[in-house]
Amino acid sequence: MNESKKITLKTFRFNAETDYLPYYKLYEMEVGKDELVLDLLNRIKWEHDGSFSYRRSCRHGICGACAIKVNGKATLACKQNALELVELFGNELVIEPQSKKRAMKDMIIDKQDFWEKHAAVKPYVIADIDARPETESKQTIAQFDNFLDSDLCIQCGACHYSCPALEVNEDYLGPAALNAAYRFTVDTRDEAGKERLEITSKPGIGVWDCVKCFECAEACPKDINPIEKITKLHNLQFEQGVAVSNVATRHAEGFVRSIKKYGFLDEADIVVYSEGYLGMYKHVGTAIKMMKAGKIHWHSGIPFIDSVPKIKNLDEVQKLIEISMTNKL
Amino acid sequence: MSKQLHYALFTGCTAKQSTPELLSSTLAVADKLGIKITILEEASCCGASHLQDFDAFLAHVLNARNICYAEKLGLTMITICNTCQLNSAMTKHALDKDPELKARVNEKLAEVGLEYKGTSEIKHFLYTLIDEYGLDNIKEKVTVPLSHLNIAPFYGCHNIRPSELHEDANGHENPYNPTSLDNLIAALEGNPVNYESKNKCCGFHVELQANHTSEVLAGNALLDAVDNAADMMVTPCPLCHLKMDTYQDSISKVMGRDVELPVLHMPQMVALALGCTEKEIGLNFHVQKAKHLYN
Repeated sequence: MNESKKITLKTFRFNAETDYLPYYKLYEMEVGKDELVLDLLNRIKWEHDGSFSYRRSCRHGICGACAIKVNGKATLACKQNALELVELFGNELVIEPQSKKRAMKDMIIDKQDFWEKHAAVKPYVIADIDARPETESKQTIAQFDNFLDSDLCIQCGACHYSCPALEVNEDYLGPAALNAAYRFTVDTRDEAGKERLEITSKPGIGVWDCVKCFECAEACPKDINPIEKITKLHNLQFEQGVAVSNVATRHAEGFVRSIKKYGFLDEADIVVYSEGYLGMYKHVGTAIKMMKAGKIHWHSGIPFIDSVPKIKNLDEVQKLIEISMTNKL
Repeated sequence: MSKQLHYALFTGCTAKQSTPELLSSTLAVADKLGIKITILEEASCCGASHLQDFDAFLAHVLNARNICYAEKLGLTMITICNTCQLNSAMTKHALDKDPELKARVNEKLAEVGLEYKGTSEIKHFLYTLIDEYGLDNIKEKVTVPLSHLNIAPFYGCHNIRPSELHEDANGHENPYNPTSLDNLIAALEGNPVNYESKNKCCGFHVELQANHTSEVLAGNALLDAVDNAADMMVTPCPLCHLKMDTYQDSISKVMGRDVELPVLHMPQMVALALGCTEKEIGLNFHVQKAKHLYN
């Protein structure tokens, strides 16, 4: 990768004030081995079209302003080498804003939803302490390490606008806000953890709407792994007794019930247990179709009663559940 | 092949219940290619990333136990479900890099006479076929070329993301531009369909608690494949398969467009090209009609 390459930037252009629809413009340029995506954005503006608009500020991967997408990949323009992307995607790079439906002008999007969700989780230490305390609020290194990586968030929106759950359900808080909720919830100086766990456990907006695609972990330019924090929030709900019994919490806890009985998950039972008998009406049609295809089958027993095979040495699993499980619903 | 390949197969729950065709086609493909398979009959559920939400430590203990049985055999553990792959690999990764956690898990395992050592690799069958058996060798065994089919590869999240976790096992597949399944389709002489949704989420995991999200995500992917002239979709993950195959009626209602697309398991597609029997391939177990693919 020592030589420069001639590439095409297929670039999203749109001005919400004057354009009816967005369009793409092609810019050709020779790109050197040390050039960053941000350098290419600058060159579009300086060498091709002065009206091209994008956000930029620190150029050091700390302000989060220049986050865009290249061929669908969340990209912090000032951190990403351009030829690396050429190697991955070929000689045409598609330059797009983080969220096309929120585009205001070219790469610039309206991030209002991001900030509103961030604010909704109260992303600050809440504590009833003396304004001028005599001593410092000390934390051990282990306590600090608990939230150190989640504190590195630069609020660029890379994870937020890569999240497919959020794309469908606009009420979902999304990975960035949930990471912030985690960061302050486990801070030993903070006293509002329970309140945050209640906010982030609400059906439709909280952690239970995460689809587990790991797009956020892949997108984050600071390697924060937001979904790992979402999983920790899930666990904290059970640990601190905030989890209320609903379809989502029963679905998570119900795995233990099946595994104890068979070692395997009982695919039919988990649906009945999570939904409750009254909620099963939603699944009757699917169940009939699955039965017709032989997916819910009779060869090892009566469906819903004893059709699930058992693993060998099931007693080991039962013992391990007994001695390792700490949470309850 | 100079040396016979031999793997310990972690079937997962789905292949033992709602997708028996996944297990039969996997075993048929292995048989045709001369790959020896030992089924880990002791292995339990991986937690499917839901048990992890309830009690992450318990999930590590159970996954470590599964891996112990592959270690005892001295074999690589292969998976035929992306989510089994993710959760097994996640435990392996966590235990191998955190001696304190490994000790805590081993303290529990000792109670049932087991010890997690970290000596077995964990790999999805797709990647063992490509990296260890080899696409050229598979190509030589094709008796029924799939040249009449446009096949949409659907990769499934848990084989490709997070890349940091999978890169050793999946040949450094890039989650933003995966190619393995495309290459496999081409080796079977099928026509890989290029479409944007190939590396997106199917929505399976929120089927119960966020049904609308689940249906729209599956619908987007299915319609994207249809709009790019796919005759069928193929996936290495039985959970993607269940979502995309079983729910096409309700997905059609949500999307406002009819969706009709056969969704095959990766080993079923290979089994078709290798001339395995209809019983082994098991297209009769699909909700969406797929039996026309036998011709």
